[in-house]
Amino acid sequence: MHPAPSVIVFTVLSGLGFGLLSFLGLGLPQVTGWEAFFYFALAFALAVGGLVASTFHLGNPQRALKAFTQWKTSWLSREAWLSSLALVAMGLYAFAAVFLDISAGLLGWLGAALSVATVVATSMIYAQLMTVPRWNHWLTPLHLLTLSLAGGAILAQQSAVALALLVVAGIVQILHWVLGDRRFEERGHTIESATGLGDIGAARLFEPPHTGTNYLLKEMVHVVGRKHAQKLRVIAFVFMIVLPIAVLILLPQGIVSAALAILCYLIGTFASRWLFFAEAEHVVGLYYGARSAQAVAG
Amino acid sequence: MTQLPETSEKKLGLVIDLDTCVGCHACVTACKGWNTENYGAPLSDMDAYGSNPSGTFLNRVHSYEVEPRAGGCSQTVHFPKSCLHCDDAPCVTVCPTGASYKRQEDGIVLVEEDACIGCGLCAWACPYGARELDLAAGVMKKCTLCVDRIYNENLPEEDRIPACVRTCPAGARHFGDLGDPSSEVSMLVAERGGFDLMPEQGTQPTNKYLPPRPKDQLPDMDVLSPALEPVAGEPKGFLKWLDKALEAI
Repeated sequence: MHPAPSVIVFTVLSGLGFGLLSFLGLGLPQVTGWEAFFYFALAFALAVGGLVASTFHLGNPQRALKAFTQWKTSWLSREAWLSSLALVAMGLYAFAAVFLDISAGLLGWLGAALSVATVVATSMIYAQLMTVPRWNHWLTPLHLLTLSLAGGAILAQQSAVALALLVVAGIVQILHWVLGDRRFEERGHTIESATGLGDIGAARLFEPPHTGTNYLLKEMVHVVGRKHAQKLRVIAFVFMIVLPIAVLILLPQGIVSAALAILCYLIGTFASRWLFFAEAEHVVGLYYGARSAQAVAG
Repeated sequence: MTQLPETSEKKLGLVIDLDTCVGCHACVTACKGWNTENYGAPLSDMDAYGSNPSGTFLNRVHSYEVEPRAGGCSQTVHFPKSCLHCDDAPCVTVCPTGASYKRQEDGIVLVEEDACIGCGLCAWACPYGARELDLAAGVMKKCTLCVDRIYNENLPEEDRIPACVRTCPAGARHFGDLGDPSSEVSMLVAERGGFDLMPEQGTQPTNKYLPPRPKDQLPDMDVLSPALEPVAGEPKGFLKWLDKALEAI
């Protein structure tokens, strides 16, 4: 799949923002006044900034409000509802904490639950797609959620929780890579099943439908840069998991260590998210001989 | 609404005969022509006269080479592909705005362009590459089964079929109601063993493909031997004399 910058920025930043909001809602840390203002400003900037970035890839963003209508079937619509509700709940909670010095416990719990649900809804947009076997698995929501919460815990300066979440996120990330590598074959999608010509024998693309490129190839048959995948995986894992753990263990807890840890986390997570898209293969590639041509194009 | 209708009794669709298709791309051109001038936003081209042209098409013809397992020479199969108007259409349920829908009355899957935000998720959900985002209009385009032809009483009756079917010079494309087992298309599918594309995706496509027939094979024999057999066994008359005379030399 095409690793569109808008979608990478959106999932990483708003994932981090909603992760932080989850912890703030739970009262970890319990903040009021100016301190609360800075925490919430950061969380809202990340969450809303990400959501705004996500509209950049729309063909007609002026109609975005219509995306609230189909929550019965569409995860994208559910994400629109959940993210809005989470922002409203946490907005009220933040107002009470910053200006009234009140910690509204129940509202915070609700906001935290909605923030977690938002991240799950975002990940389900990808996990629901049978057409992309690498994503179509329960590990995908777990992968995005553990990363989001781990980042949130770093920003909320909950070192013990952050360490535990980073370890879990690291294990899930490795599983997502290793098991994801095999899933396309396991599902049995081949050029023969795509064309139905398997009863006759082995098929190969003789001629594509056009000499140039098209929307499908640009959007869904992305192959550029896969040859660096293994190197990028190591870079992603070291920055996203190993370095934040080292920083949190070696440096005393405080703004400096949190800032350093989150900087590493962001570099690693952007690399991981780029791979999340770039390595995901869509079954439509079979019609274009993408799997058999991989050795040539890759 | 993006909830799929529980049942659509009528299932309008196409039957594509891979044995007959000659790969001329006339259906591609007819489709682009009709759908640029009619239903919804035109099918735009990008950099049409430049070095890297691309454009929106609702129907594309791939060509494949198949090596028969049973032996014999390879077959070239021309393979037109457009929206299959699936019964369980994953492109419809993922749509956040309700722009994508499947009609209960005839099973056609359509996009209401005024409601489309161009997020592209339906194109991701389609295993067949049947949906393309038009880069000029920013809305999703797909085969409408020429909904503006098939019910159009302003057209002569023979034209009330999809443009691709109307134009096919080989008769490789058939249009009809695949929900009715006694329709011509359904009988054709039953007779020829029509199949679904990527059935493991569970989309239950309406459109069916008819398999290419196996190519004729020569019986197993030495192809040169009939040509080398002597025409006449023993020469007679002058030729007999000549034969003897030449051998004596």
